[in-house]
Amino acid sequence: MELFVFACAAIMVLAGAIGVVLRSNPVHAALSMILTLFGIAVLFVSREANFLAAVQVIVYAGAIVVLFLFVIMLLGVDRAENLRTEPLGKIQRPLALVLGVGVFAVLATAVVRGRESLKFKGEGLATATLDEPDGNIRQIARSIFGDYVVAFEITSVLLIVAVVGTVVLARRRKSDRSAS
Amino acid sequence: MIAAAVVPTTTWYLVLAAGLFAIGMIGVLVRRNPLIMFMCIELMLNAVNLTFVALATELSDINGQTAVFFVLVVAAAEVVVGLGIIVAIMRRRQQVSADDLAALKG
Repeated sequence: MELFVFACAAIMVLAGAIGVVLRSNPVHAALSMILTLFGIAVLFVSREANFLAAVQVIVYAGAIVVLFLFVIMLLGVDRAENLRTEPLGKIQRPLALVLGVGVFAVLATAVVRGRESLKFKGEGLATATLDEPDGNIRQIARSIFGDYVVAFEITSVLLIVAVVGTVVLARRRKSDRSAS
Repeated sequence: MIAAAVVPTTTWYLVLAAGLFAIGMIGVLVRRNPLIMFMCIELMLNAVNLTFVALATELSDINGQTAVFFVLVVAAAEVVVGLGIIVAIMRRRQQVSADDLAALKG
């Protein structure tokens, strides 16, 4: 059963990722990305990270993909583009493919070879049981609001900066408006 | 049944994450549409998140999941700023590709 779930989620993840890279229409690419993000959420659940799976669906598949689609529609680039253009010379695409396969080979080798070094055990993960169904959320909350509370507060500063920066970047200036 | 006896180990998750990362990297390298390049960066971030979660379970350490939480927040902020920049650029010129954005080239 676990193997079946893993296989389905892995196919979703890889098919969606390949779709993002290969689809010529940006809308189709964004929808392929939703497939990948859902697959990742399924894998999170199968690894007992229930809270992160929910956040993944809400923030990524909800907010971020909707933001992408919104920008695609706003800019009117929702038409297929020509993928055959070779702007940086003909060598770039084969080179990128070779580089990607090489990175995958290096990472996979490192992972398989380093399997024996995974010996350290932490204080234990709370799994969702019937007497404590929200154990994972409690544990994450204790970690975020305990050990990492300073980082969490700085995160709020980061979000404010992002919002203000985006407003400054994307608004029309008065000179632009009078010119157009 | 033989298939039921095989349980996916942490290594499988890590190899899958490596594959997702490689696909995202190829996407950033071959695509010229800045929006698609952004999506590929998101794929790479997700590959790293998957690695964090897989190892958090393997080492039974919650800090891996906390790291994923912060990566999610930073990714959201990054997408907002990046899309703001793309909107600001595309307002000035139509049908922009990453090769046209060479104004700062020496």
